[in-house]
Amino acid sequence: MLDDFFVRAIIAGVGLALTTGPLGCFIIWRRMAYFGDTISHSALLGVALSLLMQFNLTLSVFVVAAAVSILLLVLQKRQALSADALLGILSHATLAIGLVMVAFMTWVRIDLIAFLFGDILAVSKADIAFIWGGGILVLAAIAWLWRPLLASTVNPELAEAEGLKPERARLFFMLLMAVVIAIAMKIVGIMLITSLLIIPAAAARRFSSTPEIMAVLASLIGAVAVVGGLFGSLTYDTPSGPSIVVAALILFILSLLPKFGRGQAATEGQGS
Amino acid sequence: MPLPANSEARPLVSLSNVGVRRNGRWLVRGVDFSVSRGEIVTLIGPNGSGKSTTVKTAIGVMKADEGKVTRASGLKVGYVPQKLAIDWTLPLTVRRLMTLTGPLSASDMNEALDAVGLAHMINAEVQHLSGGEFQRALMARAIARKPDLLVLDEPVQGVDFSGEIAIYELIKTIRNRTGCGILLISHDLHVVMAATDTVICLNGHVCCRGTPQAVTQSAEYVRLFGSRAAQSLAVYSHDHDHTHLPDGRVLHADGSVTDHCHPDDGHHHGHDHSGHSHDHAHHDHGHASHDHGHAHHDHAYHHTADDGHGHKHPAGERHA
Repeated sequence: MLDDFFVRAIIAGVGLALTTGPLGCFIIWRRMAYFGDTISHSALLGVALSLLMQFNLTLSVFVVAAAVSILLLVLQKRQALSADALLGILSHATLAIGLVMVAFMTWVRIDLIAFLFGDILAVSKADIAFIWGGGILVLAAIAWLWRPLLASTVNPELAEAEGLKPERARLFFMLLMAVVIAIAMKIVGIMLITSLLIIPAAAARRFSSTPEIMAVLASLIGAVAVVGGLFGSLTYDTPSGPSIVVAALILFILSLLPKFGRGQAATEGQGS
Repeated sequence: MPLPANSEARPLVSLSNVGVRRNGRWLVRGVDFSVSRGEIVTLIGPNGSGKSTTVKTAIGVMKADEGKVTRASGLKVGYVPQKLAIDWTLPLTVRRLMTLTGPLSASDMNEALDAVGLAHMINAEVQHLSGGEFQRALMARAIARKPDLLVLDEPVQGVDFSGEIAIYELIKTIRNRTGCGILLISHDLHVVMAATDTVICLNGHVCCRGTPQAVTQSAEYVRLFGSRAAQSLAVYSHDHDHTHLPDGRVLHADGSVTDHCHPDDGHHHGHDHSGHSHDHAHHDHGHASHDHGHAHHDHAYHHTADDGHGHKHPAGERHA
């Protein structure tokens, strides 16, 4: 069964979507969408370094993404520039340095498009093992960090005052983001990773009454988007990565229709 | 009220000569106070006087740059922060809010929600609550975990007058029932709940402290809030031995001017409330030449006739 490239693609994509669901919820709740973008753009620098040093690709991407996250934490503490401006600088600087480095390395020929937009149809059995192994690790870590992360999302000082360690949770969360970006790059590509984090989570909001339900729903919606996108890509001969994102977008738009959502009126009636 | 004497137990938290400095500026300095079990300590002061900073330092959210903060080991804090906005994207019901920082039994949760009168709202989304309801939900969350120290940063903000009184009554009830220590911030200079044991007036440092003075029994209060409410309102009338000038310098009672009001600077009069009448004369003298420096400190509205006679506030005095 795994010999079929299409089946491999579906298994890899679903594994990734299940992982990005809960992480994406935090990205939305904590308003870190731009942060996600920045970290994923830095992945190209990781690719370039991996080619230069002939080092494992996924590991290089992880190391660079983690380094950029920590650099960001340090720079934010100094409060010289707004977080927004810092993200803008780091995001494009790492992307540009990566591209320049690749251009200098005349001895390598790489398919840039595959890195930027992903090549899910090319995943190997080893990739699948990596995605599911890494994904289970990330989900276990999120479950372990759930309470401090959620409490500090509501209010970091409240979390700190009541004995949860919000700073530690935040650092771990950033490292988990780096892991997910490293394993997701191959599938949806650098430019589209954030969309797989954000769109399923956003689509899940209207159907959720608790954060936990939203996290699970985001995973499921992401998985549906992957399967739908891949079938769409097969049917209409469209690029697979963008097709997955379009499928997720369609699900998000459907979630906005009053018929599907719990409806603003219903919840308001409950509140008053 | 079966309350333990304040001096009997070791304090839950105590600050000694605490200062917090950010970006080269002292937010607060020379702060000394402690909160014991069963005690309600209220910090009052104008905006930017360092009330929140002091409270955050007391519970360890901010680090003190000088002085010492001592907390009882294993101190369990229940905290209601000043500003809390929950993004619409986060689905959070009152029920889920209650277990935000730790698990709760169903009976503890219901008891706390009952106490604040929100039991019927348990399944409502917090984004749909009114300002007062949300504030009460946050208080329920903080008390449900049965804290040793309950910390409330301006619990009545965005709450109308009758709601305000209800919240003060509630705070008093919580203290009486659980015996926890309560550290409270209020920017309201006139209305301080009667159950407060110690009022600390803060403006970058401890300006003065004492027990809240006798409730105004004036017909005006009774008319405005009703006789029951008037019983829970107290006026804290007091005087400062110094005045904050518009340029940030400090005019002391004896006419000297210093850059800070750190206790070591200038000529403080030891914050002695028994010396009211004496201080008054100097104070008014300074007032005449620097009258706009007085804006923050004009608490003289409710001074009664006997105010000038120099009376003492016995420690532990309570008006219920």
